[in-house]
Amino acid sequence: MTAPLLEVEDLRTWFGGGSGEGEGREARAVDGVSFRLGAGETLGLVGESGCGKSVTALSLLRLVPEPPGRILAGSSVRLRGEELLEAPPARLREVRGGEIAMVFQEPMTSLNPVLPVGRQVAEGIRRHRGLGAREAERETVRLLDRVGIPEPEERRRAYPHQLSGGMRQRVMIAMALACRPSILVADEPTTALDVTVQAQILELLADLQAELGMAILLITHDLGIVAQVADRVAVMYAGRIVEEAPVEALYSRPLHPYTEGLLAAVPDPDRPSERLAAIAGRVPDPAHWPEGCRFRPRCPRAWGRCASEPGLLAGEAGRRARCWLVEEPGRRSRGEGE
Amino acid sequence: MSGPERDPRAAEPVRPEGRAAVLADYLVPGARAALAGRAAGTAVLGAWVLLWGVAALRPGRVAATLRGGAVDEWVALATLVAGLAACLHAARRWLAPALHGAGGGSGPGGGPSDGGGGPVDWEAFGRHRQASIGLVLLGALVLVALLTPYLAPYDPNAQHAVVATRFLSPSLAHPLGTDRFGRDVLSRALYGARISLSIGFVAVAIAISIGTLVGAGAGMAGGVLDAVSMRGVDLLLSFPRLVLLIALVALFEPGIALVTLVLGVTGWMGTARIVRGQVLSIREEEYVQAARALGFGRWRVLTRHVLPNALTPVIVAATLGVGNTILAEAALSFLGLGVQPPTASWGNMVASGRDAMLHAWWIAAFPGVAIVLTVVSFNLVGDGLRDALDPRRAGGLR
Repeated sequence: MTAPLLEVEDLRTWFGGGSGEGEGREARAVDGVSFRLGAGETLGLVGESGCGKSVTALSLLRLVPEPPGRILAGSSVRLRGEELLEAPPARLREVRGGEIAMVFQEPMTSLNPVLPVGRQVAEGIRRHRGLGAREAERETVRLLDRVGIPEPEERRRAYPHQLSGGMRQRVMIAMALACRPSILVADEPTTALDVTVQAQILELLADLQAELGMAILLITHDLGIVAQVADRVAVMYAGRIVEEAPVEALYSRPLHPYTEGLLAAVPDPDRPSERLAAIAGRVPDPAHWPEGCRFRPRCPRAWGRCASEPGLLAGEAGRRARCWLVEEPGRRSRGEGE
Repeated sequence: MSGPERDPRAAEPVRPEGRAAVLADYLVPGARAALAGRAAGTAVLGAWVLLWGVAALRPGRVAATLRGGAVDEWVALATLVAGLAACLHAARRWLAPALHGAGGGSGPGGGPSDGGGGPVDWEAFGRHRQASIGLVLLGALVLVALLTPYLAPYDPNAQHAVVATRFLSPSLAHPLGTDRFGRDVLSRALYGARISLSIGFVAVAIAISIGTLVGAGAGMAGGVLDAVSMRGVDLLLSFPRLVLLIALVALFEPGIALVTLVLGVTGWMGTARIVRGQVLSIREEEYVQAARALGFGRWRVLTRHVLPNALTPVIVAATLGVGNTILAEAALSFLGLGVQPPTASWGNMVASGRDAMLHAWWIAAFPGVAIVLTVVSFNLVGDGLRDALDPRRAGGLR
């Protein structure tokens, strides 16, 4: 693996606290996240609400509103080796939409309600590809057709409220793909849609990925979706990545107890009568992460060593997990009795 | 300038459009729709009759315009022609298709969200009866103001044999009587309508522009700039407007341009507050973030994505503002600080008539009625727009 397409290193995005070093007051929403994304790869970023997934995504493009939030010095986001966090604003705007595009969660609120959807798609095309109005219009119709919108010639004149949720999300995808980005960041792209539409959208994303050869960073809390489309998975907890693994390996044998808990919490249709498993407790307050391993207060396997936090320890076959169990696999079977 | 549509209460029988029907549409546009009980048809028909009536009343003046006339006469002629054309267009393009069951597609529950589908819910507006009346009144008023050179029976400033013609009570020759200089009150009221309306519109345009600029700037910039400019707005708002107006006007030579400017410059603070509030909430919307994620700069995000969404309450405020501005202009002119005699404005007409109230009530009464009707119309339309633009109050867009 040569220089990866996108390399995120020690990303820290904190909120509040003002300019002074009011340690402990600030919400450390993203606190030392590192990952790599190769060309054409799909990385799933998974975690509960409030674990920092979305803030990670927004930080990539420096879209975090900066008075309350700030990206700490020492963080690094490199696109083909180019540092984005220090890029001048003009370059950043080129990258946004041009190289890295985003699809947001709520197709209802992510489209401007007073503009026809075709105009919104064309806007991006003109901005990044320098096409004239008529060419952009033609390209818009082609794109709308490509993302599976019937009668694109008519529909491009529709306002967002005249389209269904699935259609709106397709428009969002058309907007994101308008400039053939090399990375698509999809922040919960299907959460607001019903299940059949979800499947269609995921299929569309996979098709487009194969066609355009782009990488996808798929942010979701839905492990089922990740299993369907991702190559690798990174599990986030409390502002950090706690486990990273190829998708099959993660599902067949999770290393981190948090991942275990997440997988156990997925309802199993074969055993419908069983009570749903849950992870005890809830995500701690990002202004006061627990000392030591951040999952320790909720972890069924915690022991003395967890008072100091492990790094991302390398397991076999390119897997990494932030848990001492990687070093002491013997404890795993002992804890099973609980 | 057609009236708003009312709900077609009963489904019209679907019948093929005969030659007679087309002919009827060209001779008396709107009549068929009016007979079918649609308010829009009545409005179109009314405009058609009014416009032809003017042409028939003053063929000589129309002809004189063609041989060379003043600017306002050309405006009147253009209004006449464009108005007639608009009536025909409305009758053939909007009203006739609706009559012939083309609207059958929208069954019960099928809303107005077909076709162009802008954010304005015209059907909700149409359900608002007072607003519809207000809109028709305003439409008529604007038409009349534009057509004044043809409509006014006399020169508004002409003083004929003063002693013989002054203080004449309403009669056929002078429908609204004459004032103490023997000037025709109807003619003066008509010319006054032009002054009042243009001052109202232009001053509000100025106010809206300044207000939007300040409000959008404050809302987007945030921080110190926001705080400072909003405290400035508070400061200006703490002056009673009339006092501010009088102080400003007193500094300069009074006149129409000055009154317009001063009314605009003192009327923007409310708009600035509204726009700022809107911008503050809209800039947190996801579509604004999505626009930024597509790489658009601040300016483009503001003009294309934030402001258009902030305009709804501004439009309502502007409509109500025109009414208030006309009222303020009348007050200033009444005090002798606004439009200066002999130029007629409703305000100075009321002022000049107040001494003669007891024996010549018509001098002050008719311009007063005109002020009231106009301001009420603007307020009604403003209320109607607020309902039509607000999906929650209108009971849902679809």
